[in-house]
Amino acid sequence: MPSDRADVDALLPLPPATFHILVALADQERHGYAIIQDVEARTEGALRLSAGTLYRSIARMVEQGLIREIAKRPRPVFDDERRRYYRITPFGTDVARAEIRRLTELVRLARARGLTPETA
Amino acid sequence: MRFYRALLRLYPAGFLADYRHELCAVFAERAREFSGPLAPIRVALAALADVVPNAAAAHADMLRQDLRYAARSLGRTPGFAVTAILLVALGVGANTAAFSLADFVLVRPLPFPHADRLVKVWQRTAEYGRNELSPANYRDWAAASTRSFADFGAYTAGAVNLAGAMEPRRLEIARVTPNFFPIVGVPALLGRAISPSDSNDAGIVVLSYALWQSHFGGASDIVGRGVRLDGTPYTVVGVMPPAFRFPRREMDAWTPLQLREDDFTDRTNTYLEGVARIRDGVTFERARDELGAIATRIEQPYEKENGSIGATVYRLRDELGSRARLLVLALCGAALCTLLLACANLASLLLARSAHRARELAVRAALGAGRERLVRQLVTESIALAVIGGAVGVAVAMIGVPLLAHLVPQALPVAERPSVDVRVLVIAVAVVGVTGLLFGVMPGIRTGGQGAFEALRDGGRTSGGRTRPLRAALVVVEVAASVVLLISSGLLIRAVWRIQAEDPGFRTEDVLAVRTALPRPAYDVTARRAQFYDRVLRDVRVLPGVRSAAYVTGLPMRMTGGIWKVTLPGELKGPDESGSASLRFVTPQYFATLGIPLRRGRDVAETDAADQPFAAVVSESFARRYWPTGEPLGKRFTFAMNERTVVGVVGDVRVRGREMGSEPQVYLPYKQVEDSSLVGYVPKDLVVRSSAPPATLLPSIRRAVRAADPEQPVSDVATMEEIVGTETAPRVTQLRLLTMLSTIALLIAGVGIHGLLAFTVSRRSQELAVRRALGAPSGDIVGLVLREGMLLAVAGILVGVALAYPSARAMGALLAGIDPADPLTIGVVGAVCLGTAVVGCLRPAVRAARITPLAALRAE
Repeated sequence: MPSDRADVDALLPLPPATFHILVALADQERHGYAIIQDVEARTEGALRLSAGTLYRSIARMVEQGLIREIAKRPRPVFDDERRRYYRITPFGTDVARAEIRRLTELVRLARARGLTPETA
Repeated sequence: MRFYRALLRLYPAGFLADYRHELCAVFAERAREFSGPLAPIRVALAALADVVPNAAAAHADMLRQDLRYAARSLGRTPGFAVTAILLVALGVGANTAAFSLADFVLVRPLPFPHADRLVKVWQRTAEYGRNELSPANYRDWAAASTRSFADFGAYTAGAVNLAGAMEPRRLEIARVTPNFFPIVGVPALLGRAISPSDSNDAGIVVLSYALWQSHFGGASDIVGRGVRLDGTPYTVVGVMPPAFRFPRREMDAWTPLQLREDDFTDRTNTYLEGVARIRDGVTFERARDELGAIATRIEQPYEKENGSIGATVYRLRDELGSRARLLVLALCGAALCTLLLACANLASLLLARSAHRARELAVRAALGAGRERLVRQLVTESIALAVIGGAVGVAVAMIGVPLLAHLVPQALPVAERPSVDVRVLVIAVAVVGVTGLLFGVMPGIRTGGQGAFEALRDGGRTSGGRTRPLRAALVVVEVAASVVLLISSGLLIRAVWRIQAEDPGFRTEDVLAVRTALPRPAYDVTARRAQFYDRVLRDVRVLPGVRSAAYVTGLPMRMTGGIWKVTLPGELKGPDESGSASLRFVTPQYFATLGIPLRRGRDVAETDAADQPFAAVVSESFARRYWPTGEPLGKRFTFAMNERTVVGVVGDVRVRGREMGSEPQVYLPYKQVEDSSLVGYVPKDLVVRSSAPPATLLPSIRRAVRAADPEQPVSDVATMEEIVGTETAPRVTQLRLLTMLSTIALLIAGVGIHGLLAFTVSRRSQELAVRRALGAPSGDIVGLVLREGMLLAVAGILVGVALAYPSARAMGALLAGIDPADPLTIGVVGAVCLGTAVVGCLRPAVRAARITPLAALRAE
């Protein structure tokens, strides 16, 4: 079921931490520390989320319905009991896509003017 | 890690409960990355950098969320939200306005340095507590009282004409002793004030800021300029600051008071107002007692002249009449009643809401929302209501306070108008806020406790029921508070009616009054004044529409003093026992113009000239007092320095206003006074009875005055109706406010009863349905509900009447003789309250009667 356009737009533009967390959860469920590691790896160390920023973002994203905590944790045998896993919701996916569309459009507009990172 | 754990307490408890373990785990991973000797410090710094900003942001997030939730939940019940906000606004607004006024009038220090040591000194006689001083008494008292008073000065207020290039203008001035300004303690803004070194220099003047701005355009070179006051040249030596308004609010200028040796001879000629500063270390009471003793000692050699004169001292603030004080206090009482009502109703509303929401809260608690979270949510809602209501209340107060300016007594020597007092505002908001919190949060605390499951189990039937006795008590409080308000305003309405029904002794309609105060010494010659009056009156009397016109010393209710001792030949007893009478010089037609009935004899006439026997027209009470049985016409008495013969008797006039007793009146022909004598009683008010509207009449009057003397200003234009209306203006303002407050109070109480009964009916619908099923007729059900409402209303009325009596007694001085336990007022108020209660009960009662067993069961 496609999300309501207005609900999606109300959340844009996304704060950087929120966007990165959505991207980190795009392919698989992760626990908190795994999200931090994934973001750090993808941005080559440019963005290191602190514990507080991460969980504050998570709390808000759960409230907004972008992600949810999953009750059944993967491979419980090997997993740390205390860790909580999060999964992106369909609404979260829609919002991430909308944000990507928004960013792409911005970049396209800039390029159309001949403004590229190299010339900047 | 221990440090990090300790820091975590900064987060909101709800957030922490959810994420404490995760935060610690992630931070522990992070901490492991630090190494080396400085590692503990770096870990601590990282902990700080992580927790502090995020905790603050988390709180902000939660507040935003709570506010959003509050907005949604209030938006779902707009009726509740609007009512609650209006209640808070009413309580806050009314109290802020009333207490700001009270603070301004009764509490805030007057704008003089050490204002508490500044006092006014009066002569006290058997008849009047506050009489002006005679120059001789002033001199003797001041010389003898140096132990108590650092300095003792005097002044006399008057008016002069300022002539110049511009339109001539009437100035209110005070002639002051040279030590006046040092005593008051306010320095000049420009130049200098009058100082003790000026004692021999009469020709100087100090201007008020307002006069400097309005008449001299704020000219920077004003000091040293010459001006002409009543034709005499004066040099401006200084300008006072804008806030300086002593001795009265409307003051244009100050000139030195020159007392000559012969001013000190007559101890009965009293016209100075004493002002003194009490020495440091001397109490007010000691200063008062010392001066009293001095006056008694000085009085002895002059027993014959001074009679039983004593001295009395008032603090500047206590100069206010007790009536002015009571007006303000009564308003504060009404505002407090309103606040009580608003709080009671708000509490009642919040309790009702809590009953409705018990289920919702229970569901949220069951879904895992912690008690802290729920309480926080409710606190946010209550605070939001208090803040919005408070803001509206502030707006109400800001609009309201200036409207109360009528209630600031003219006698108060302050410049500015009252403004909203922030301290009062904070207190009012706090009171309402605490009520909101108390009753708003209670359900959250209970739900967090054991009540949650109960609420879910019984569908919220009992949880709300527990608040019922409390709400019933609140309804009783509401009814009682509105009864107190209604009775108080009812009594005041009756008092104002009674006062307005008092016959002032003259007719106010179609009479226009203007003032042309003639300057001294140019007009000290009686014949010259007569010429001026004759010329003006001749021109005015022929104007279209004018029926009559006359000059008088001062109009009733505007000039309330001006009395003189009456002495009867031969039959003289003590000086006090002969009494005083109000003294007015008049031209012919004065009685006709003001509609004062002529009972016997004749009006004063043009033929009552200086070379004729001195005549007098007296009021009926004067004739009754001195010749209770005989014919007053032709009788003689000594008054205003001459022996006078009664030629006419007229009706009595309420010179001092409709709320005060007045002395009997004596009217003297305007020509029968020696030159330079009785200058305070020179006719200055022109009254014109005319069918033409004042606006068309006034320009012609101005022309007539200009023709008689081009330098003569015309001031104080008013209709007689306005002059009389001004007298009751503070009362009418207060009455309007009280009526408004009590009407709102009654509405609130009615809504309160309705709300409670509606709630009860819905709570008891099942029981009522069973009764119906068992065959109870609908009339019984209606009676059941009505009985409950009436019980509360009667309880509230009884409590209210019991409380209203002492509060009415306290404002007895305002009641103009109406009994504080006036049965008519109490009866009407009781009936109105019962009526309101019936209306409040009606809808719930009808609904109760319509309950059918089937519907009640279906609702389950």
